[in-house]
Amino acid sequence: MYVKQISVFIENTPGRLAHFTKLLGDNNIDLVSLSVADTTHFGILRGIVADYEKAVKLISENGYTVKLTDVLAVSVPDHPGGLAEVLETLSGHDIVVEYLYSFVRNAGDHALIIFRVDKLDEAEKVLTEAGVRLLSQDEVRGL
Amino acid sequence: MAVWNPKIECAKRSDVEAIQLERLKWSVQHAYDHVPMYHDKMVKAGVKPSDIRTLRDIAKIPLTTKTELRGQYPFKLLAVPMREVVRIHASSGTTGQPITAGYTRRDLDTWAECIARIATAGGATENDIAQVSFGYTLFTGAFGLHGGLEKIGCAIIPISSGNTERQINIMRDFGSTVLIATPSYALYMAEVAERMDALRDIRLRVGLFGAEASTEEMRAELERRYGILATENYGLTEVMGPGVSGECEYKCGMHINEDCFLAEIIDPETGEVLPMGEQGELVLTTLAKEAQPAIRYRTRDITRLIEEPCACGRTQLRMEKIKGRSDDMLIIRGVNVFPSQIESVLVGQPGIGPHYEIVVTREHFTDHLQVKVELVDASLLEKYSELEKVRDRIRAQLRTVLQLDVEVTLVSPNTLKRFEGKAKRVTDLR
Ligand SMILES: [Zn+2]
Repeated sequence: MYVKQISVFIENTPGRLAHFTKLLGDNNIDLVSLSVADTTHFGILRGIVADYEKAVKLISENGYTVKLTDVLAVSVPDHPGGLAEVLETLSGHDIVVEYLYSFVRNAGDHALIIFRVDKLDEAEKVLTEAGVRLLSQDEVRGL
Repeated sequence: MAVWNPKIECAKRSDVEAIQLERLKWSVQHAYDHVPMYHDKMVKAGVKPSDIRTLRDIAKIPLTTKTELRGQYPFKLLAVPMREVVRIHASSGTTGQPITAGYTRRDLDTWAECIARIATAGGATENDIAQVSFGYTLFTGAFGLHGGLEKIGCAIIPISSGNTERQINIMRDFGSTVLIATPSYALYMAEVAERMDALRDIRLRVGLFGAEASTEEMRAELERRYGILATENYGLTEVMGPGVSGECEYKCGMHINEDCFLAEIIDPETGEVLPMGEQGELVLTTLAKEAQPAIRYRTRDITRLIEEPCACGRTQLRMEKIKGRSDDMLIIRGVNVFPSQIESVLVGQPGIGPHYEIVVTREHFTDHLQVKVELVDASLLEKYSELEKVRDRIRAQLRTVLQLDVEVTLVSPNTLKRFEGKAKRVTDLR
């Protein structure tokens, strides 16, 4: 059960990020989750949107380089050590977490966290077996 | 492939030189008699037209610079009365006074002949439909190519430059087989055609590119994108326009129309004529131009002459692809840099597009060279390290070629300028 993440190349020039988020806002595309990391030269914006097909079309038509990636949307118990349990499950199976970031919103007593891992299928299997809940694309749409 | 005028293009060297000498004597006398600037320069140097007894004697005549020509604006270089002039062109005036060029009816015939030879060498025939995407303006490019292609018998589409989507529609609907454009515009057109999903319906087979210097990498890119034979041709308004020289299908240097132009290579510092095969500045003398002869004109283009025979059978000397106009050369921290060297590294690099921009600044008395390229490969967005790899690879290759550290900046696709005529890729902010 994967969700689609968009990755967008953002030049590290003043206003470029603002321009991008305004583009989404003006077209009623809501970023339900977002991570912007940058080096001094360029940034990659990663995020989850409700309607990724529409978002990709809009973004590429506006001249941005954009890519879709499968990631896991993990519902992590919102208590101390909740995240550690998930990470331990993954590392116990030699699954490397490439990056993770949290949702802007959370669901009650659970925090929603996006995981990008090297072995996607295996990660899904071991987390499900460990009783961790993964969100589907439809559930993300509903957020 | 065909040769348009084998009698001249494949003539024995001794015959070519005999024609050149006879015409050189005429041209020098003509300029001396009718253009005060050439008359005065020769008098001052103590040389008379009768001193030209061999082709080598041309070195006795002073060189002519662009600045001198500008001083004759608009018509003081004409060697015939205006009633004999049937066309006037001018070069761009962006870096000063434009340079005007007048043509008699016979000059236009000569011009068409020169282009017919070059276009034939590049693969154009009477069966072709030729799309001329140079601007039909004061510039010599469009009208020059037009005359020669018409002489060959091509069906010409005089579409001019600009309105790129329309260019692609016409190219597809009319079935253009020959494209005439600057290499940078041709590349942009290919990009637009790809976006319109029209590239597979395009029937181009030949590209005749000119009006700006370009690299082998750029040629390979154009040949790959369109599936064409791409040749380059050369010329400049000061001596006529396009038609001075052009490549044959072997793409190993541009054959010079030697019955119309005498080419020399000089040391740009000293003005001394260099031996055959050495690299230096190209100097041209017109041998058949009536309205406006040019005597020992310094082109500021750096090249080399090649006298080895060509596989195509033409005996005319070739000139190497020009490395760049000496005015285009950048001096960065004391190192000479030609934009063409940068282009040769960038074009064809995986992950990035073929467009680029060069920005030179000076900070704390140190020159800083920045090269911007467009990131087009979205799969690189998986990891920062991938993006960094692309950037570092380009930087390392530029360092090898230029012996300089260059800042490489990745920008979003379609954000760098596109050009419909000659590309202006360098911004020097020093
Ligand atoms: Zn040849």
